Amino acid sequence: MLQLTPAPHISSGTNTKKIMYSVILALTPALIGSVYFFGWRALFLTILSVLSAEVTEYLFQKVTGRESRISNGSAVITGILLAFNISVNSPWWLPVAGSIFAIFVAKQVFGGLGYNIFNPALAGRAFLMASWPSLMTGRWIAPNSGTLSGLSSITLDGVTQATPLSLLKLHQGESVIQSLNSPGMLKALFFGNVGGCIGETSALLLLIGALYLFIKGYADWRISVGYIGSIFIFSGILYLFRVSPVNPLFHILAGGVMLGGLFMATDLVTSPVTRKGRWIFGFGGGIICVLIRLWGGYPEGVSYSILLMNMFVPLLDRMAPKVYGGLK
Amino acid sequence: MKLLTFRGGVYLKGRKGLSKSSPIQPIELPEFVYLPLSQHTGSPSKPIIKKKDEVKVGEKIAESGGKLSVPLHSPVNGVYKGTQLYPHPLGGMSIAMKIHVDPEKTEPWERVKREVDSLSTDEIVEIIKECGIVGMGGAAFPTFFKLRIPPDKKIKDLIINGVECEPYLTSDYRLMMEKSDDIFKGIDIIRRVLKPDRVWIATESNKMDAADNMRESCASYPWASIVVLPTKYPQGSEKQLISAITGREVPEGGLPFDAGAYVQNVGTALAIYEAVNFGKPLYERVVTVTGSVRNPSNFLVPIGTPFDYLIEKAGGVVGKEGKIINGGPMMGIAQVRREAPVIKGSTGILIQNEKEVLKGEVGPCIRCASCVDVCPINLLPTEIYKVVELNDYERAEKMGVLSCIECGNCSYVCPAGIPLTQQFKVAKNEIQKRRK
Repeated sequence: MLQLTPAPHISSGTNTKKIMYSVILALTPALIGSVYFFGWRALFLTILSVLSAEVTEYLFQKVTGRESRISNGSAVITGILLAFNISVNSPWWLPVAGSIFAIFVAKQVFGGLGYNIFNPALAGRAFLMASWPSLMTGRWIAPNSGTLSGLSSITLDGVTQATPLSLLKLHQGESVIQSLNSPGMLKALFFGNVGGCIGETSALLLLIGALYLFIKGYADWRISVGYIGSIFIFSGILYLFRVSPVNPLFHILAGGVMLGGLFMATDLVTSPVTRKGRWIFGFGGGIICVLIRLWGGYPEGVSYSILLMNMFVPLLDRMAPKVYGGLK
Repeated sequence: MKLLTFRGGVYLKGRKGLSKSSPIQPIELPEFVYLPLSQHTGSPSKPIIKKKDEVKVGEKIAESGGKLSVPLHSPVNGVYKGTQLYPHPLGGMSIAMKIHVDPEKTEPWERVKREVDSLSTDEIVEIIKECGIVGMGGAAFPTFFKLRIPPDKKIKDLIINGVECEPYLTSDYRLMMEKSDDIFKGIDIIRRVLKPDRVWIATESNKMDAADNMRESCASYPWASIVVLPTKYPQGSEKQLISAITGREVPEGGLPFDAGAYVQNVGTALAIYEAVNFGKPLYERVVTVTGSVRNPSNFLVPIGTPFDYLIEKAGGVVGKEGKIINGGPMMGIAQVRREAPVIKGSTGILIQNEKEVLKGEVGPCIRCASCVDVCPINLLPTEIYKVVELNDYERAEKMGVLSCIECGNCSYVCPAGIPLTQQFKVAKNEIQKRRK
């Protein structure tokens, strides 16, 4: 019996599963780093988060009679990213609640993989922030090999009890600012020897993973460069005009900029499809992030900046490029 | 220097090595040939002989059936058995003329001797029409029609297409290796008709030896230059080739001459030479039979020869038969019936065994935008697909679906296995239908 599917009769061999598992692989250096910095509990919470995400997806697809797609790995990514966004000192049920919300409300209710408007992990994080703000912001602990603030010498009151970004928000004293701008601080932030969420602390490990995805073509560097670059440029300008007390390198290395800019803004489903759209998406997100950090109510602005830009994606997708031979 | 290329595109595994080194060889004639009246773009030809008539090779057996049509000639000596419904390699059944081959009669077609230099442009175009010449790169557009450029249009660049960007196919490659001098004589004829400012012979970097061979023949034609383009699919597509070489774009809804360009395939150039110089009609062509066959080959085949006969000649299928494709793997058409015949536009027959056939599993679009990156026309396939799924053809048209050249790139890269190209073909048909 001859087979009759339409042309083309060959394929590139890339499939959804391959892409998803490559993203998981790209997140692995940061996951290993989190165990190094925060101990086995980091892995425990991540696994719990992944399992919750997978089970939620499975149950939803089962109950609604949809084809089960849990093996494609997309829920695993959501689980990992959600866990990466909480403190290692969180109660075990926090990532569970976050993942259930992420998969059930932010993903499946919208139609499942490919149809969600918001990055599920970020939506899950926003849900946790709204529901248990104290657990999400007040539970930081120091990494095994360093201090919470990333600074070794400062013993000012309360200072050791805050992450670098909280320091920026709370203590604007001259000496604190000076230490935030110090090379030692930047080094700690780059390598990850600092307090913060499970997966966000090491810029280096996140960059290694992201580089792999850029080379594979499974994430668009334009979004990351646009996002991190605009934070750098915008906060740099503000630093020059003395509006922002800390230098732009601090801004891009501290908090979730790397995790968000490299892995969450680049989420295929919730970012624009055109190159131009992706530049605008990244750039806009970066500006919003700096605005929140400097003038908003939260110390960190990464997740809301990306969630806000997620809403603009349908609009950005309308900016179609000029078709071959077209006049526009 | 600016790199000569076009927007988008994909890098494919060429797979040309399978049949590349097999010289063009004539085949033993089959018992019957089947000639669909619809061999080309435009109206089908009309039979002018009666059942049981004896026919000679090269004899005109059907006349052109309209303004955009050409005559059809018998590829063999034999007896006409009448018309019948027969599988058409482009899909479905169509009316075909059946000829019983007479193996006893081996006389070749009657050569005519012509003083080519004394022919006028109109006479040349008329000969090309009468010899049934159509584009041999696959599209099968009547060449005489294409050569009639409106008087207000000027052809700046004549491009001879030896790109053969579809994987597996090697018929144009072999022609450039074996018939380069004759191809140039054909190009010279086209040049006389069109009077272009420049003449380019384009091929790709995976056919360096063909380029070298063409360059040798080119030495006697100072007006021509050989361009070797970086291998990328679909470089052989008219629009892409024009923009790669001239940097100009064919305007939406326009034709190549609107961009001052004219593209003709190397095989067609050869056919033009043989038609104009000796009066040889287009009744045979080079067909690559390749893929999962024992001896991938390039055959010189009388049109009308059934595919299954050629597959046998190439040593038969290796493994369990999966697909028989008319053309290359990117744009070729999977056959319902093995006995579909070679037509004037058949560049090759690709055989896939069961294991090579794509599974065809489809998942949801993950908006990776690979399709956007590879589209040579700069469309947003994923976005168009969504509106086509909703049957919103008006919107699909606004998004440019009619400009789709159906190259297959979007489907090829789609990780979700969505048949994007196929959906666009359907949408284009639907839009055309509604216009009527």
